[in-house]
Amino acid sequence: MTTDTDDLRDRARSSRLGRRLLAERYSSYWLTAAGYTAIALFAGITLLLFYRSLPILSEYPLSSLLTSANWDPAANEFGFLPAIVGTVYVTVLSMVMGVPVALGAAIYIAEYAEGRMKTLVAALIDVLAAVPSVIFGLVALIVVVPFVGNYVAPVFGENTVGVGIFTVSLVMAIVITPFMTSLTVESLESLPDELRETSLGVGATKFETIRSVLLRAAGPGIFSAILLGFGRVFGATIVPALLIGGQTQIPSSVFSSGQTLPTLIVNDFGELMSLPLTQSALIFVGLMLVVVVWLFNFGAMLVQRRLKRRWQYR
Amino acid sequence: MNRYTRQRLFGIAVRAAASLVVGVLLLVIGVTVIRGGGVLLADPSIVLTPPGARYMLEGTGGFLHAVLGSIFIVGPATVVSMVAAVSTAVYLQSDYSSERFSDAVNMFLNVLWGTPPIVYGLFVLTIIIATGTQTSLFFGIVAIAIFQYPIMTRYTDEALRAAPETVRESTYGLGATRFESARMTVRAAAPGVIAGLVMGFARGIGDAATVLFTTGRSTRMPGGLFDAATTLPVLIFDQAMSFNAEVRSHAYAAAFVLTVVVLGLIVLSKLLAGRYARYTPGGNR
Repeated sequence: MTTDTDDLRDRARSSRLGRRLLAERYSSYWLTAAGYTAIALFAGITLLLFYRSLPILSEYPLSSLLTSANWDPAANEFGFLPAIVGTVYVTVLSMVMGVPVALGAAIYIAEYAEGRMKTLVAALIDVLAAVPSVIFGLVALIVVVPFVGNYVAPVFGENTVGVGIFTVSLVMAIVITPFMTSLTVESLESLPDELRETSLGVGATKFETIRSVLLRAAGPGIFSAILLGFGRVFGATIVPALLIGGQTQIPSSVFSSGQTLPTLIVNDFGELMSLPLTQSALIFVGLMLVVVVWLFNFGAMLVQRRLKRRWQYR
Repeated sequence: MNRYTRQRLFGIAVRAAASLVVGVLLLVIGVTVIRGGGVLLADPSIVLTPPGARYMLEGTGGFLHAVLGSIFIVGPATVVSMVAAVSTAVYLQSDYSSERFSDAVNMFLNVLWGTPPIVYGLFVLTIIIATGTQTSLFFGIVAIAIFQYPIMTRYTDEALRAAPETVRESTYGLGATRFESARMTVRAAAPGVIAGLVMGFARGIGDAATVLFTTGRSTRMPGGLFDAATTLPVLIFDQAMSFNAEVRSHAYAAAFVLTVVVLGLIVLSKLLAGRYARYTPGGNR
């Protein structure tokens, strides 16, 4: 490995071994470059987005950008608070609706269902996790929107045509549920059967076994499933853009229309190309999305390491 | 409440949760198939007809431009991404890098996987602005390739790790170089690698947020690598927001086509993976 490439090139002219060694040398350069691609992409995205957000960050202090409720790019007013509040609403509501159902369905598949039923339900959920979210959005336009407008909102005494934060949350919960379910099933099924046998053997009911033993042992896996679900809701673009109504205001209730950070980019995209300050403001939205998602991911990795140490049954 | 009653209630609750998920998903597929199939049956030619001059306003012609756009964008992107993904995954094996390095890279890959697609779209858009060029087919390919890269790399890496150790031992025993040994390992892990390829393709063809800002949402036939284009998911998004009922109905036809393609690909990957079923976690992640 100490011969330099020029020597190898000479040897390659005369012998077969030389040619093979030269191929090895060149391929290792290529593979090394490929190995660093992920890190380069990560750094490239952060730096470029940050660099492009500098104009808006130097124009206004960060605190006023994040706390001002006034969004009017034409008048140079850049307040992200409505979109931030909308994003938080949508994320929290979807997780509240989606996580329990996903966990229940996963427990059913992993612990209750048997034989053909199990294969069928698991395969169906797995396959449907891959359906593009734009299709969920499209179907929601004719199913969920009237449902929320005619039946759900009146129950809460709200008057709405059906688009708004609640609709988006409901649809996003539907989008991420199969996805979280199939990840949770995977981590429940990878648990050793001795865990179940021991717990049932000392007289616990099936429910007690699941609650106190299996859910804990599969904890780290379930945690990352929920986290991936969170990431998908948080950065969801198409479904909110179709269903949220697109009004940049602080939502007065969960049924009112609003804006999330990604839909802000979609709706003001037309101005993005022309006005430099708006362009910078919208790229700053991208930077916010990246920073939050990445902080959550790295934080989650630390938490997960903890959980693994505390909850591992091995 | 008695613990046995509680156990029974819990059993009912999980069954209800599972039927809720299955029911809702069947409803989604059902609506797509019935509405979309209905539109397609009435006029199957819209898939193969180029759009008219005022397609988005009046619904004249069909959406061949988006079908072609999807193929021309996602096809090359998948090829580029696959080459990069296999190279990266090979480099992450113990022949080339330390455990520590591959752990670190895997962490970054997981984070990239969780990054919202719209961020990739914005990233490529800032490149477009910085280079002073126009949105085009080419940048769509770039954006989709970046989006697919972490997904395919993770699948390929897992497949390579699960490849039988004997392949490595016997190739090295015969005097192969690292590169030659890696080629044999990739071949041995082929079912898992192919599953990753198909999953990446399926995710790429279904994503709208990455191409929304990078290809130009054109309503004409794509005219070349540096000409504006559109893809099926972006078209569905635009059609769904249209004021014209005819155009909106085309959205369901396009959704039908997209669903059939994606589900077909998933089934294909399951078939290809065959007995290596555990490398195909059903297109979820």
